[in-house]
Amino acid sequence: MSKTTQELQEAVIRFAGDSGDGMQLTGGRFTETTAVFGNDLSTLPDFPAEIRAPAGSLAGVSAFQIKFSSKDIHTPGDAPNVLVAMNPAALKVHQQDVAPGGTIICNTNAFTPKNLKLAGYESNPLEDKTLEDYYTVYSIEMGKIVATACEDLNMPSKSVERTKNFFALGLLFWIYDRPTQPTKDWLAIKFAKKPELVEANVRAMDAGYNYGETTEIFTTRYTVNKANLPAGKYRNVVGNYALSLGLAAAAEKSKLELFLGSYPITPASDILHTLSAWKHLGIKTFQAEDEIAGVTAALGAAFSGSLAITTTSGPGIALKGEALGLAIISELPLVVINVQRGGPSTGLPTKTEQSDLLQALYGRNGEAPMPVITSSTPGDCFYVAYEACRIAVKYMTPVMMLTDGYLANGSEPWQIPKLSDLKDIKVKFANKSSKVDDQYMPYLREKKTLARPWALPGTTGLEHRIGGLEKEDVTGNVSYDPENHHHMVETRAKKVANISSEFDKTEIYGKKSGDVLILAWGGTRGACRSAAESLINDGCKVGYVHLRWINPLPDDLGEILIKYKNVLIPEINFGQLIKVIRSEYLVDAKGLNQVYGKPISAADIQDEAKKLIG
Amino acid sequence: MPESKTQVTYTRKDFTSDQAVRWCPGCGDYAILAQTQKIFPDLGRKKEEFVFISGIGCSSRFPYYMDTYGFHTIHGRAAAVASGVKIARPDLSVWVVTGDGDGLSIGGNHTIHLMRRNLDMNVMLFNNRIYGLTKGQYSPTSEVGKVTKSTPMGSLDIPFNPLSLALGAGSTFVARTIDKETKHLQEMIKESYAHRGTSFLEIYQNCNIFNDGAFAPLTDRDTKSDTVLWLEDGKPLTFGAEKPKGIRLDGNKPEVVELGDKWGEDDLLVHDKTDYVIASLLANMTYLPEFPDPIGVFYSIQSPTYEDMLTEQIGHAIKNKPKASVKDLLNSGDTWTVK
Repeated sequence: MSKTTQELQEAVIRFAGDSGDGMQLTGGRFTETTAVFGNDLSTLPDFPAEIRAPAGSLAGVSAFQIKFSSKDIHTPGDAPNVLVAMNPAALKVHQQDVAPGGTIICNTNAFTPKNLKLAGYESNPLEDKTLEDYYTVYSIEMGKIVATACEDLNMPSKSVERTKNFFALGLLFWIYDRPTQPTKDWLAIKFAKKPELVEANVRAMDAGYNYGETTEIFTTRYTVNKANLPAGKYRNVVGNYALSLGLAAAAEKSKLELFLGSYPITPASDILHTLSAWKHLGIKTFQAEDEIAGVTAALGAAFSGSLAITTTSGPGIALKGEALGLAIISELPLVVINVQRGGPSTGLPTKTEQSDLLQALYGRNGEAPMPVITSSTPGDCFYVAYEACRIAVKYMTPVMMLTDGYLANGSEPWQIPKLSDLKDIKVKFANKSSKVDDQYMPYLREKKTLARPWALPGTTGLEHRIGGLEKEDVTGNVSYDPENHHHMVETRAKKVANISSEFDKTEIYGKKSGDVLILAWGGTRGACRSAAESLINDGCKVGYVHLRWINPLPDDLGEILIKYKNVLIPEINFGQLIKVIRSEYLVDAKGLNQVYGKPISAADIQDEAKKLIG
Repeated sequence: MPESKTQVTYTRKDFTSDQAVRWCPGCGDYAILAQTQKIFPDLGRKKEEFVFISGIGCSSRFPYYMDTYGFHTIHGRAAAVASGVKIARPDLSVWVVTGDGDGLSIGGNHTIHLMRRNLDMNVMLFNNRIYGLTKGQYSPTSEVGKVTKSTPMGSLDIPFNPLSLALGAGSTFVARTIDKETKHLQEMIKESYAHRGTSFLEIYQNCNIFNDGAFAPLTDRDTKSDTVLWLEDGKPLTFGAEKPKGIRLDGNKPEVVELGDKWGEDDLLVHDKTDYVIASLLANMTYLPEFPDPIGVFYSIQSPTYEDMLTEQIGHAIKNKPKASVKDLLNSGDTWTVK
């Protein structure tokens, strides 16, 4: 039978299996290959909080979705065209998402009575033909095939069995016409010290590729052509990695030493891991005894002249709250990164949510204004981390950066930035000019920004004391004076409000006035942008604004809001930005609020906008 | 990093800030501040290289009164803030001023982790066995049965022994002094400074408002000879005015013996500040009524500091990848060019 090739504009595939089946790795390899191939892409890893939930259980299913396209895309897609299910539990959890008429590829060797029972199947869905009314199902004995392929390697059968994910990868490479060589090169480096593992995985991958090529079951393969991306040098980048690069870039540009004080927490730990591996850049990372020590050590480093960072997720921010108040009153530069996850409490550690916005804005005692900046795509994490550092140093203030689990672990092709294109970060430590009558004045402010001077310990003649007690402006002496306290509260608020003078004019995608303005922040950007595009193509009068800064808000936002009959605010929370917008602008905005631990779909946003248009 | 020797001769005044001291009249903190300001010129280091970090409590107002760099932080977190200062800037001389509530209760976690890391810094823990700033509740070092506003029928929890805790947490320098013993206090500050690694100095400090006389038996002229065991490295452990006494080991158990016909100095335990077991025995005596309270350096050993090892790791990493830059990282991994 001859094979036909069909050209597609885009495809969505999902790898799903047991936590121990290597689905994240398989997805990662498919992503890297697809990125280098030149497609635009977006990924969504989805894994359980348990490191190894019982094998075969529904709780232990781990999945990785990638959408890739020959066009510019913004989301990892909703319904997969192809689902790879390595066991019955994976099939059970993910089958319902597959696009009608889509393809399901199963590893039949894992469809044992025990696994079927664990997944809650009364009969084997691969045998009772229930799936075949809706999907094209391929049942393949992956375990058995890799065992045969590796027969002469004298490896334990368990190790051989574990290569079955590379069989699946090889098969998908064949279906979508991607090269296997980059993964072979990668394996050779990854398992350099275990050549037998390189060989076994290569054989498994080749077996999968050849299975597609030679068996007569697969009759069609697909091509997704290169995307037409702007000219430049590209790489694929994961959010947390891009964020780490942004911090390192800020350190290099400011010529400050980077100090990270952190305590491990999902989904932020990868930033700690990444920066810890960059000691050759002089970066200092400190894994503290707890979240509070993470932020307070960073604050100590800030006092001492470092570019100080602390990274965490929502529960960690709750613990750091008091120290953030200290950072605000002592007016030290500090970048606080919250990679948001599902809450409250421990919540859904590995799932995404946007429910810490109000915590970021208000979660401290006293009048404690916190600048809040948010990232909107994995690659954007680089620029936002950089900007957070720049503003923190320029205004002598903590800055909170909000990202989320979806951005942190998701990836996209990314045009590699040039450091020379980034705004400068100028640091001028205090010197004699901050003295009055030979006395150093730690709160003698810069007129335009209201930033106080930053005096490096070790500098002769600038000895001074700061702290959490209210200080007299200019002198920095402890002060309980009522007038001074009012003045200082006002000054700290003004200083943060001044940051909006740094912003460019707010960008509006689509119509500049009309029926609906979609207003969003953070990781919903892709879905909102796709929804707005479709709505406009359908002839709707829709505009879309994505906020980067939530505190302060852009100066021109108020005049934009009143140009639309409706304002729709989609958020992965129960309505947080909407509270801010309603109270700041007295606008009757409508929310689209979902907390399913996953991104909001473009389709839901479209539906909601259409409802508002009527 | 070697400290820079000062060319300037300082006096006590150079370490005195222009801020009015606001402790209660008669507080033991005055004596500690005075002795610190007196002895600091003798340390021979530029004053801009000193940083005092404190948490919250009466003792934590200390940095405001020292004319050095200082940071009065939040309750319990001084050790963690100070760790950040020291890691970022190993060239600074970092001092943590804390109390029994700040350092052992709300900040206990940071205290123990500071000691196991052995950052080269100095902890002065003012122990008055009471909460002063919040007006008189019992503290983690108050004796069992302490009657306070929050424990009208007596406290129930067993007190911490700060020095046993320090030893258990891996401290490389453990010492104790008393606010009223001014010369000894100065001496202990000097020794803390001289030690490379985390120095843990407990200072018995009288709170004359809420726990007056807590250490009176150790400071009263009439009693102190029998209640204080002055520790001197390499010397037998003796005390007692009229009847000289000493500490000897009966097997593994220390006991108090009178010197005379039966026991002589040769039978006594000789203090060795590098011996962890002796330090532990001595620390344990604090709450045992039959023993005197040891004062002085309990333990002092040399061990690599966290910041030295970190500096070495970074140096090693830079040596292996010289001239590395963020540009290299940006361009690492699989890249491709779109024309």
